[in-house]
Amino acid sequence: MAQTTSVATSAEPSDEGPDFEPPPVARRSGRLTDRWIARLSVAPAMLFLVGLFLFPLLWAVVLSFSTYSATRNQPIEWVWFGNYVDVLTSDQVWERAITTLIFVVAAVGLQTLVGFGIAWLLSRQQRGRGALTVLLLLPMMLSPVVVGAFWKLMLDSQFGVVNRFLEAVGVGQVLWLTQPRLALFSLVVVDSWQWTPFIMVIALAGLTAVPDYLFEAAEIDRASEWFKFRHITLPLVWPLLLIAIMFRAIDAFRLFDIVYVVTGGGPGSSTETLSYHLYKIAFQNSDTAVASAYGILMVIVVTIATQFYVKYLTRVQAK
Amino acid sequence: MRPARALRGGLLLLAVVLMLFPAVWMLITSLKDIQDVYAATVFDFTPTLDNYRDVFVSTSAAGGASDLVTNFSNSVIITALATLLATLIGVPAAWGFSRFDLKGAKDQLFFILSTRFMPPVVVVIPLFVMYRWAGLYDTRTGLVLLYTAFNLPFTIWMMKGFVDEIPGEYEDALMMDGYSRLQAFRQGSLPLLVPGILATAVFSMIFTWNEFTFAVFLTGSTARTVPPAIAGLLGGQSTPWGLVAAAAMVFALPVLAFGFLVRKHLVAGMTFGAVRR
Repeated sequence: MAQTTSVATSAEPSDEGPDFEPPPVARRSGRLTDRWIARLSVAPAMLFLVGLFLFPLLWAVVLSFSTYSATRNQPIEWVWFGNYVDVLTSDQVWERAITTLIFVVAAVGLQTLVGFGIAWLLSRQQRGRGALTVLLLLPMMLSPVVVGAFWKLMLDSQFGVVNRFLEAVGVGQVLWLTQPRLALFSLVVVDSWQWTPFIMVIALAGLTAVPDYLFEAAEIDRASEWFKFRHITLPLVWPLLLIAIMFRAIDAFRLFDIVYVVTGGGPGSSTETLSYHLYKIAFQNSDTAVASAYGILMVIVVTIATQFYVKYLTRVQAK
Repeated sequence: MRPARALRGGLLLLAVVLMLFPAVWMLITSLKDIQDVYAATVFDFTPTLDNYRDVFVSTSAAGGASDLVTNFSNSVIITALATLLATLIGVPAAWGFSRFDLKGAKDQLFFILSTRFMPPVVVVIPLFVMYRWAGLYDTRTGLVLLYTAFNLPFTIWMMKGFVDEIPGEYEDALMMDGYSRLQAFRQGSLPLLVPGILATAVFSMIFTWNEFTFAVFLTGSTARTVPPAIAGLLGGQSTPWGLVAAAAMVFALPVLAFGFLVRKHLVAGMTFGAVRR
């Protein structure tokens, strides 16, 4: 039986035992048809994701129409869209929305500028580019808790190394984490420290993919450096950069961990993002139903914003 | 042109220093006693390993293992099991999406990706209610199940890329010779996929090991992993900075070691497979 096949290539070690002996051609499909194999290969993964992400989300929708609280033992009433109205008409929520918006714009903006800048420097660097890239990726691989701890230590107004350095060069004490405006700025810095490398690697991939002949052609036409950058490099890197910006913006919009570790939302509520506010409503006030409505609204906002962004993205890429 | 090159080199060096300094500073802090932490000197201190001892040995009079030891063992067990499960479930799914014309495959893949972009705080509210009801709150099983699901989008997207790179004709040829579909996968594609599977698994490990938000809300004291435990140390009136720094170092070390192992795939892994070389 085994002699009838010619597949005994190097891919099949001879000592695998009878398990791997090829069956006769007539039985090759076995008991499982391709269609079933396809379904079964995907089913467990879908089951997990539906069970642990989609189902909880649907449950949250149900809870959001009620007065359910995870800790208080009270009869549940159905208030339908009451919680949604409460959330949308709350001044506190809008305040957090503005804080979050400022954070997203500042953090993603800073990361894009610096990340692209470093990528551009790296793309011009021939020697040791690979090793440098790996070194620069370090912050991304650390837990947000570890990153938060690093910066909470460094930004401490009394014994933080940043203030010590500033004192040494003659600048007085700066209250990085206890002055409202500055605290939000500090969070922007912390988030940017961790995620600038993300923009950097994506921009770098775009920059190194720009074909040399374009520059050579521009060289012949005696184009200026700026012209080359504006009309060759940027148009080719821009679509890729837009994708990176989208990923970062979605991530920054839901920022929670660094706020929790570094400022705890303070001073006052000046660094409370939407996610942090939501956590306080859900786990400190135990208003589970209101928090559910709040969360569903956040998901809706992200989804709509992403849809618009993707539309814009496909238009840019079509050019 | 020469000054321009020097300037570029200098700026790059500055970037590297800025990116590495916080980690170096934490390392230095982990070697200081509390007076030296507050003195914030760079070199002028007597190094001590006491903080590292405190990570593992309880400071109470009775001695014994510290609480952080429990957190570390939870982290190790949960990370290992969740990574294993996500790989066992995710690789076949990636292969299925790559090889077959599944109905609505595009929508399913989009759904899979979108789960990774949901705000964790939103998902964790109903999950908390569900877990308490099902008796999964503050259990390792609960976190293993959640992190398996958490790693699946990444595993499927990464592995689909790797499977796509191996021509399907390879398996077709084996089937012509009488192998079944599954045997063709096992003998044709699987051996070629092993490096990709290992790299993907290492990234799942790193993501699970680092995860904070789900862990802080779905665990109390029994199943608590290291990230919420470190956050707990930071929360009090006076932070034991030496201990925090040493714990953070011990915690980050495996990540750096594994990151070094997969350095070739680092860019692909950290960008969700969006950039591959």
